[in-house]
Amino acid sequence: MADIRNNFIGIKSPNPFWLASAPPTDKAYNVERAFKAGWGGVVWKTLGEEGPPVVNVNGPRYGAIWGADRRLLGLNNIELITDRDLQTNLREMKQVKKNWPDRALIASIMVPCEEQSWKAILPLVEETGADGIELNFGCPHGMSERGMGAAVGQVPEYIEMVVRWCKQYTRMPVITKLTPNITDIRKPARAAKSGGTDAVSLINTINSITSVNLDSFSPEPSIDGKGSHGGYCGPAVKPIALNMVAEIARDPETHGLPISGIGGITTWRDAAEFLALGAGNVQVCTAAMTYGFKIVQEMIAGLENWMDEKGHRSLDDVIGRATPNVSDWQYLNLNYIAKAHIDQDACIKCGRCHIACEDTSHQAITSMVEGVRHFEVMEDECVGCNLCVNVCPVDGCITMVPLAAGTLDQRTGKTVEPVYANWTTHPNNPMAKVAAE
Amino acid sequence: MTTGHFKEGIAGGRLSSEAYADNFSDLHPPLDHHEALVESDRCYFCYDAPCMQACPTSIDIPMFIRQIATGNALGSAKTIFDQNILGGMCARVCPTETLCEEVCVRETAEGKPVQIGRLQRYATDVAMGEGKQFYSRAKSTGKKVAVVGAGPAGLAAAHRLARHGHDVTVLEARPKSGGLNEYGIAAYKSVDNFAQAEVDYVTAIGGIAIENGKALGRDYQLSELTKKYDAVFLGMGLGGVNALRAEGEDQDGVANAVDFIAELRQASDLGSLPVGRRVVVIGGGMTAVDAAVQSKLLGAEEVTICYRRGKEHMNASEFEQDLAAANGVTIRHWLQPKKVIADGGKAIAIELEYTAMKGDKLVGTGETLRLAADQVFKAIGQSFVPAALNGSGQAIALENGRIKVDGEGRTSLAKVWAGGDCVVDSREDLTVSAVAAGRDAAESIHRTLMG
Repeated sequence: MADIRNNFIGIKSPNPFWLASAPPTDKAYNVERAFKAGWGGVVWKTLGEEGPPVVNVNGPRYGAIWGADRRLLGLNNIELITDRDLQTNLREMKQVKKNWPDRALIASIMVPCEEQSWKAILPLVEETGADGIELNFGCPHGMSERGMGAAVGQVPEYIEMVVRWCKQYTRMPVITKLTPNITDIRKPARAAKSGGTDAVSLINTINSITSVNLDSFSPEPSIDGKGSHGGYCGPAVKPIALNMVAEIARDPETHGLPISGIGGITTWRDAAEFLALGAGNVQVCTAAMTYGFKIVQEMIAGLENWMDEKGHRSLDDVIGRATPNVSDWQYLNLNYIAKAHIDQDACIKCGRCHIACEDTSHQAITSMVEGVRHFEVMEDECVGCNLCVNVCPVDGCITMVPLAAGTLDQRTGKTVEPVYANWTTHPNNPMAKVAAE
Repeated sequence: MTTGHFKEGIAGGRLSSEAYADNFSDLHPPLDHHEALVESDRCYFCYDAPCMQACPTSIDIPMFIRQIATGNALGSAKTIFDQNILGGMCARVCPTETLCEEVCVRETAEGKPVQIGRLQRYATDVAMGEGKQFYSRAKSTGKKVAVVGAGPAGLAAAHRLARHGHDVTVLEARPKSGGLNEYGIAAYKSVDNFAQAEVDYVTAIGGIAIENGKALGRDYQLSELTKKYDAVFLGMGLGGVNALRAEGEDQDGVANAVDFIAELRQASDLGSLPVGRRVVVIGGGMTAVDAAVQSKLLGAEEVTICYRRGKEHMNASEFEQDLAAANGVTIRHWLQPKKVIADGGKAIAIELEYTAMKGDKLVGTGETLRLAADQVFKAIGQSFVPAALNGSGQAIALENGRIKVDGEGRTSLAKVWAGGDCVVDSREDLTVSAVAAGRDAAESIHRTLMG
C-alpha cells in the first residue's frame, strides 16, 4: 500500500492535501469539519495585524464561469483577509492544533510592509503552536491597494526583505505565497529564496473579471452596479499554475526549493500532476468550495490507487518526476512525428474533428467517403497537431500515433529519422549552431 | 349489471373525471427552463449534423439548441420557424425516435439522444407564448393563390406564400382548421387546443384568409379555382378509409379509427364519449396505436391491436408500440380480420385468421381466433379520394391512387401544385413531411408567378 504521508519542510501531515488559506479555513468550525473529513492540513485564512479587522463587501463576493451542465470551471472572489479579530483567530488556531496534533496547521499572514508589523505578529502566531507560516504576497484585490498582498509579491525586493524579517523573528518554517500576476514567476521565487524562505507556494489568484451583466453593464460580482477585479481560481487556472510550478522547479537558481502547489486542483489526478512537476504537496480551495470537504476522500483514495498501480511507494517516488521532462521549445525533438488515428468503432460520427481540422487547421480529416459519413485522417495532410483529439467528445477515440523510425511520413515524403534533432541545429534556423569542425 | 369501468358494450362514463384529466394530460410535458438548459448542454454541435439531415424540413437543429443554451430562446425559435412554421406541432407529434433523435450521435454513444423534440417545443413555446412574429409580408405582388385544405401542408404553403406577398385564400372542408393536427392526433399529444393556437400564430402574418366549411367538389370545383386564382395548391390529405374486407364490417360497433380520434379530439367532455369494454383495433400504424391507447385511457378494459404481419413490419414506431404496451394495450401479430360477429346487430366478437408468409406473399393459414369485442376500429390505412377533383375540366394525373407531382410539387395541371398526404412522393406521411412539401411547393409557385 502506497504511503502518502507528507513531510513538507519538516511539517508532517497524514496526506499531501492541505486546504489553502481561503474562506474554508476562516474559523475553527470549518477547519474542524475539514480535519474530520480527512484533510492533511490547513493554511488558516490570512491574519492581519492587531486592531479593528478589515471589512468585506456586504454583497456578492464571488463570480464564476461554467462549463457544460453548469459545472463550475472558474471562480473569482473579492473577499479580503480574515474579517475576524486577530485574538479570536489565534485562540481558535491554538485549540484546533491541540485537538488535531497530527495535522498541519499553517498561519497565513499579511501585515503592512514594515519590519515592526511583522516583528509584532510573529510571536503571537508562534504561541498558537502553528507548524509554520505562509506569507500572503498574492492577494490581488483590495489588500494590494493598501500596499500588501500582490503589491508586495510583484516587487521581488520587498519579498526578499519581508522573508528575511520573518526568518529573523521566528523559528517557524516560512512558506512564501506567490502571485501569478507577474511576467516571470522565477523572479519572485528567486527573491524569496534569497531572503531565506523554506518554501514557496503558488499560485495565488489571478486578476479577473468573470463576466459583465448585460442589463446593468456592471462587472460581476456586482456591488451596487460596480465591480472590481477579483482573484480567479478553480479548474480553469490549473494549466497556468502547473507551468509556474514547473518554471520554479526547473530554474537552476531555485531548483530544489520546496513548492506547495496550488491552482485548480480538483481531483487526485490534478494533485499527482502538481507533485510530478515538483510540488512537495498541494493546497486546495475551489474544489472544496464547490463540492464540500468530502472530496479529499476521493483525492486520497485516487492517489493511493494510482501509486499502488504504478508501484510508487511514497510521495518521494513521485515528486519532481516530470520536472526533467519540461523543456524549452527549442529542444523538442523535431524528428518525432505523430499522426492522428481515429478508432472507427469508438467514433460516434459527430464530425467535430473534421470541421475543426477543415476550417481551422490542416484539412486532414475526411467527412464523407464513398458517399458515406466517415471521418478518417488523411496522413498525407496530418501534421499531428492534436486539435482533433482535443475537440473529440469521446475519450480515447482519437489518439496520436508516433511514426516509427524508418517509416515514410506521407505528408513530407521523408523517412522518419531515428535520431533526435531540434531547432538549434535545424538548417532553417539562421542561428543554428554548427558543430565545431 | 356492472357499471363504470366494467360496463358491458359501448358506453361512456367508465372513469372518474379526475382519471380522464390525468389520462389525457400532456404525453411529454414541456421542459422547464432548467431542464432545457441541461438538455441543450448535451448537444455536441455536430458538423453537418445527422439530426438535421434526418429532419424532413431540414431545421438547423444544432444551431437552435445552441441558441437555447446561450439564453436566446427567441433566436432559437426563429431558426426552427425559418424551416418549419409548424415547428410547434412537429415538436409534439414528430416521431423523433425515427427521425432526428434516432440519428443523434448521443444515441450512438450512449443510447440517449438529445431530446430534440422537447427542446424544439421549449423554444417554440417561448416564441408563441410571447406572440412573437418573426416574419412580415413582402410588398404585395397582387397575385392570388388558393390553397385547398388547412392542414399542415396547406398552412405551411399559405404562410410561405403570404411571406412572399401573395394573397392566399385557404379553403377548408371542416369547421376547424389544422387538418390532422386538429382532427387526427391523439389528444395527449396536443393539449390545450394547441392546433388552433398554431393556426392563429401562422395566419397572424396576414394575407391569409381561411374559409371553413368549403369542400372541394361539393362547394366549388378545381376548374373554378384555376380560373379565379393565379395558382392553386392542393393539400387536402386523404379522405377515405380502407375497408377491412371482412364479413360483418357494417355491424354496429365497427368504426373508423380516424373518426374515433377526431371525435375524441373535439369532445368537450371525455366522460360522455362512449368506448367499448373490449376493443379490437385492426392495423399496425400510428393511427392504430392512437386509437388503441385512447380507448384504454377512456376506460376500456381490454384493448387489442391485431396486425396482419410481424412486429418488425409495423408502421408504428418502437416508441409508439412501447407506449401502447405501457398503457396496457395488447399487440398481436400475424392476424387478419375475417368476420365481425354480432348479436342483435351489435358487434360482440371478431374472428381473425392467422397469417404467415408463403414465399413473399402473405396468406391465411386457415386457423382462426375469436376475440370478444364490442367495438372494432379499422385502422388499416387511408386512401385518397380523387372524385372531388374531377367535377369539371381536365382530369389530374394520379399515381398509385394519389396525385402525381414532380420534385417541386407541380401536378399534371398547369397552375396546380399539390403536397402532403394527397400526393405520391418520396416523403413519408408525416406532419413534418407535409410541412416541407407545402413550403417547397410555395417556393415553386412563387418562382413561377414572379418568373
